[in-house]
Amino acid sequence: MSSQTPDADPVVLEVAGIDVRFEGVVALDGVSLTVRANQIVGVIGPNGAGKTTLFNAVSRFVTPVAGTITYKGRSLIGLPAWRLAHVGIARTLQGLGLWPALTVLENVVAGAPSRTRLAADLLAWPSSDRHAATLREEAMANLTELGVANRAASYPGALPHGVQKRVIIARALMARPSLLLLDEPASGLSTSDVNELVDLLRSLRARMAIALVEHHVDMVMAVSDSITVLNLGEVIASGTPSEIRANTDVANAYLGQTVAHA
Amino acid sequence: MSTVFRRSTLVRHGLVFLGLAVVLLVLTSFVFDSFTNYNVTEVAIYAISAAGLTVLTGINGQVSLGHGALMMIGAYTTSVLLTRHPGLPLILMLVASIATTGIAGAIVGLAGARLRGPYLAGATLALAVALPQVPSHFASVFGGNQGLSVAASTPPAFLGSSFAPEQWLAWITLAAALVTFFVLANLVRSATGQRFRMVRDNEVAARLSGVDVARTQVLAFVVSAACAGLAGSLFAYWVSVTSPSGFTLNLSLSLLTAIVIGGLGSLSGAVLGSFILVYLPVWTGGLASSLNLSTNVANNVPLAIYGIVLIGAILVFPRGVAGGVASIVRGVTRVLRSSRGTGPLPAAPEAPSQ
Repeated sequence: MSSQTPDADPVVLEVAGIDVRFEGVVALDGVSLTVRANQIVGVIGPNGAGKTTLFNAVSRFVTPVAGTITYKGRSLIGLPAWRLAHVGIARTLQGLGLWPALTVLENVVAGAPSRTRLAADLLAWPSSDRHAATLREEAMANLTELGVANRAASYPGALPHGVQKRVIIARALMARPSLLLLDEPASGLSTSDVNELVDLLRSLRARMAIALVEHHVDMVMAVSDSITVLNLGEVIASGTPSEIRANTDVANAYLGQTVAHA
Repeated sequence: MSTVFRRSTLVRHGLVFLGLAVVLLVLTSFVFDSFTNYNVTEVAIYAISAAGLTVLTGINGQVSLGHGALMMIGAYTTSVLLTRHPGLPLILMLVASIATTGIAGAIVGLAGARLRGPYLAGATLALAVALPQVPSHFASVFGGNQGLSVAASTPPAFLGSSFAPEQWLAWITLAAALVTFFVLANLVRSATGQRFRMVRDNEVAARLSGVDVARTQVLAFVVSAACAGLAGSLFAYWVSVTSPSGFTLNLSLSLLTAIVIGGLGSLSGAVLGSFILVYLPVWTGGLASSLNLSTNVANNVPLAIYGIVLIGAILVFPRGVAGGVASIVRGVTRVLRSSRGTGPLPAAPEAPSQ
């Protein structure tokens, strides 16, 4: 991105010129995105711009027909979606995706990518108990960091939306991610919750790279180091928040005057 | 001691199951007559298979209408081996049946991992319908429609020559059931069991949490099929003849009925459901014959009552008998606590999937 100096933090995620099509409909057209360590990158754009499709391509739910996606120098294309958490890519879902039958603590523990240890689990081997206890401790630490440790024993369905949003971030942190992908983290949050989210993301930035897809433009402007704007599947601008604010294409897209741009 | 009990699943489950083993040993040796032992063996066989099915359907969310066919694979493994090598010990038969059925389960599971809901039900239904046709096409191996006779396992000599074979088979079957339930109880509360539930409730979130969904589904099928294989092997000893007519679609549907009545996803529900499956016809048959009805009516009374019980159980206990009992127990303890006014607040409700 134009504003980055060459000796900046290492690139964690490099999306280069990807095309995604759904039965002939172009969802993404030559989209690129760079996310560096200790950086927050915001992806904004009107509805249907392809923001979530971009995330879906990175998290291997859709495969681009052209372009490359590399994570720490390794191509992600070809890796099954479930492997991502194991290599340090965590993602939250717009629709939360908490398990209603599991407690908050169990939901967070579930976020830890681990190998199946069938024999130990069938025989209730002490190592199985120890492993579970370690994960519970880590999950409690994450819930504490997110300020919702007191809800550990509750079921997600009974919790306010804002608390559920924190729980899903706590769950994503169980992967100890190098790259955290947040899908609409601010949706449905009150103003004070959004402010706390901004503070949280700034503190998480010290440990990982963060990319977020968000409708809440003010929040993205406040928290992001770099912003990429999508419209109709194409990148129409990228740069620092102040550059994006001054960009006329972006203003046009958000006013709905997209035909003129195309 | 109390912390060891609380922290170690092995110690906790181990002690519970040892206690159950002692109770069952006393019951089968000193309390039950031969006929009761015979019925209890049947309950235990169904319970082993139903417990495997509840792990697959209740906990992992994959519907199988073909568990009767998987039991058939176990039964035929034992019967064919026993026909060829009559001297082999029983434990080897059980292990071999678990192995072959587990492999069959892996194959069905691989197909199942690509199928969802009604499509999986359809595929397993096809298995349940097709597999009983196989023995008649390979009659030299499987004995055709007459089937293969299964020699009873003789009790070891130290038990005395007058030791009842029914009691011996009851011991073996109950021991197998206890081991199965011990292992499954461990599994259900382990990280692997948790992954089964994660896949059941939200595949996308499971994948994002690093769960290989397809592999987990195949694993659930293998575990479930292994249980069916063990049950099938014991079933062969219990019936003493293995023929296709013992493994009709009816058996598969009965197993599914048992876990639904008992409580989907609950291991104790699988036991309760199997108990109902075996004893309801016995009781209703007795009732019908004591009412002096005409034969036509009397023959259909058990079926009618079975249907009424099925509908009634689902209406009264939407989470199965096990779920119903659990909520009654919770309600009673809550009333007792509040009447004393000193007890702690009621604990968080049990997870619905347990």
